[in-house]
Amino acid sequence: MSATAAVKPALSNALAMGSAAVFAALGVFLAVNGVDPVMNLHGALLALASVLALIYIFTHQTEERSGYLDGPIRVATLAAVFWGVIGFAAGDFIAWQLAFPALNFDLPWTTFGRLRPLHTSAVIFAFGGNVLLATSFYVVQRTSRARMPGRWSPWFVIWGYQLFIVLAATSYVLGATQGKEYAEPEWHVDIFLTIVWVTYLLVFLGTLWKREEPHIYVANWFYLAFIVTVAMLHLVNGLSVPVSFLGSQSYPVMAGVQAAMTQWWYGHNAVGFFLTAGFLGIMYYFVPKRVERPVYSYRLSIVHFWSLIFLYIWAGPHHLHYTALPDWAQTLGMTFSIMLWMPSWGGMINGLMTLSGAWDRLRTDPVVRLLVVSVAFYGMSTFEGPLMSIKAVNSLSHYTDWTIGHVHSGALGWVGMVSFGAIYCLVPWLWKREGLYSIKLVEWHFWLSTIGIVLYITSMWVAGITQGLMWRAYDNLGFLKSFAPSAGFCSSSVAS
Amino acid sequence: MTMAGHKHIDEVTGVETTGHVWDGDLCELNKPLPKWWLYVFYACCVWAFGYWMVYPAWPTLTGYTQGYLGYSQRAAVTAEVNAAKAAQDTYRQAIANTPITEVKGKEDLMQFAMAGGAAAFGDNCSGCHGRGAQGALGYPNLNDDDWIWGGSVEQIEYTIAHGIRNGADEARNSAMPRFGLDGILEPAVISDVANYVRSLSGSEQVDADAAGRGKATFAEQCAACHAEDGKGNQEMGAPNLSDAIWLYGGSQEAVTQSIVTGRGGAMPAWAPRLDPVTVKMLAVYVHSLGGGK
Repeated sequence: MSATAAVKPALSNALAMGSAAVFAALGVFLAVNGVDPVMNLHGALLALASVLALIYIFTHQTEERSGYLDGPIRVATLAAVFWGVIGFAAGDFIAWQLAFPALNFDLPWTTFGRLRPLHTSAVIFAFGGNVLLATSFYVVQRTSRARMPGRWSPWFVIWGYQLFIVLAATSYVLGATQGKEYAEPEWHVDIFLTIVWVTYLLVFLGTLWKREEPHIYVANWFYLAFIVTVAMLHLVNGLSVPVSFLGSQSYPVMAGVQAAMTQWWYGHNAVGFFLTAGFLGIMYYFVPKRVERPVYSYRLSIVHFWSLIFLYIWAGPHHLHYTALPDWAQTLGMTFSIMLWMPSWGGMINGLMTLSGAWDRLRTDPVVRLLVVSVAFYGMSTFEGPLMSIKAVNSLSHYTDWTIGHVHSGALGWVGMVSFGAIYCLVPWLWKREGLYSIKLVEWHFWLSTIGIVLYITSMWVAGITQGLMWRAYDNLGFLKSFAPSAGFCSSSVAS
Repeated sequence: MTMAGHKHIDEVTGVETTGHVWDGDLCELNKPLPKWWLYVFYACCVWAFGYWMVYPAWPTLTGYTQGYLGYSQRAAVTAEVNAAKAAQDTYRQAIANTPITEVKGKEDLMQFAMAGGAAAFGDNCSGCHGRGAQGALGYPNLNDDDWIWGGSVEQIEYTIAHGIRNGADEARNSAMPRFGLDGILEPAVISDVANYVRSLSGSEQVDADAAGRGKATFAEQCAACHAEDGKGNQEMGAPNLSDAIWLYGGSQEAVTQSIVTGRGGAMPAWAPRLDPVTVKMLAVYVHSLGGGK
């Protein structure tokens, strides 16, 4: 893998420039002929990005091919940090909006309803997605001892994904949305993401195909499950009919309870395959690598992998307990969620027990501490999830802040911390540095985020359980208290 | 190169590795599944199978497996609602049989009607009239003693039951002419009348000359409903214009707009949606808010 060769892959360059030219032409066409401002803007952005790509490809036709292809990974790593800052700040801001509604500024673009999907998409897809792109490209090359195939495809995956993020974010702020949670982008953005994602799948599979190792490493099973399943979820949940091929609006193919079920089949498996399977891929490479110990149990990794992916896909209906969803579907959602408990914990056991013989690293290396505490949060939220899926518990927890607290213990505790653990490993490796700029800052990062997350979750438990009890509170005469106007409300008349 | 050649015993744990090695140093121990993990997994599966036996679970070609308990979410909630209704039945019957003016005199009935009225208000009325019945622009404040259609408990009950200008014959119907839109009055005249109307409640930002000019038009066009002194007429739902309480705002622009368009706000009839006892309790509750006559 070390030999350096300067090559000029004429066919790849021609294909890439041809594709960029087609995208540029499509972008210009939509910018001019689009029937709404969102489509005009998106056409212009597509054209701009394609022209920049065209210029870059034209001026970089010779490739220095040596070892692994790390350039796209560096871009995705920087993008993850960049979008992370934006996504966390957006979340913080909308939290302030909840307390002080004046911060909506009475402007359509800055209302909670538009900024909330901006926050969720920025942290899940922009931050989390770039971490997954960076680590999966890094891990699959190293554990396959193979360079990613394609001169330009990996670059298209990374930059195409950034363009998708910009298209999605501008849609939300301008009010173009499908109204499906975690799948808000409209049909044209969905199609663009599909092209990027299929390319991602092909690059990943191509690397596995070229591998020089007899076995496929466990991290790659999880990455592949993540890529394939997200493609399937995205395609089915996004089925819709555009009002006009020149406009950003569309209507979903499914309606009513079928639409709701599909939405939560998608929504829950976005958690299961994007935020769980994908990040378990990260855990399976970076934990043993950082602590220099073998994975605790190969057999456990097989059994928990297959049981996890088989059971997870059924659990979605637990988001629709006590709704128009038929009883039988609710039962299946709940029981599969309970059966999912141990398959989820298999990952926790393998992550934590890999430290056996290296527990002292917890004391000496704050990056290990980030990784290990992330696995602990993973264990906690994958216990809490099945618990909340039980109908009796759900009748208390649903429609309260408990749900938001649960999501954040998974998102901040598990996804966030395992991501930063991986980034802290990856950056010195990618930029060929001795180590991190400051281990002391990592210490601060670890303690601040651990304390912050614990405070967040516990306050949301208290708030959520209180809200749940208030929802169901009756007075001694049998009337629902939550409907009663608050006592002592001051009266005011519309006078001038 | 055989895979067996890579196998070695891990010194720390004494467990053999699988023999696969990646990226220089990544390998895995060939540990069996943790027993407690496996048994808890089995237990969860057994529990799920048991649950499927008892509750509705699997779709079939023609329906779904019902389960031994014959549970249905719809039946369960119906039973709970019926039980809750049965528990309230004594009071509801008593309220149904008591003339509305006498509810206030019976302490236990009044307590029940107030709680039931408050709950029904929060569920049905607060969307327009506000959680505290404080009203909003276009929706009357129900805490004050300024009543458009009358503030006795019977009048309030009628308004709740049949609503206002909703198309039904029983509704409280009246229509103020659209003086501007229908060209009945010239814009300059409307402006004068608006000044006069605003002067009735002692507003200080009134153009006195204009108000003087508007007085005659008011007597001619408005007094029939709103009365000569502007104190209104609850029989026709003509608001009192002299109390500085404004449903649509009291600025020159807002009053002008009211004269131009006639406004004509509507309220739904609640008798078709709520049972008579609930309407009665709502009337008692609204009547008690502060301004009931």
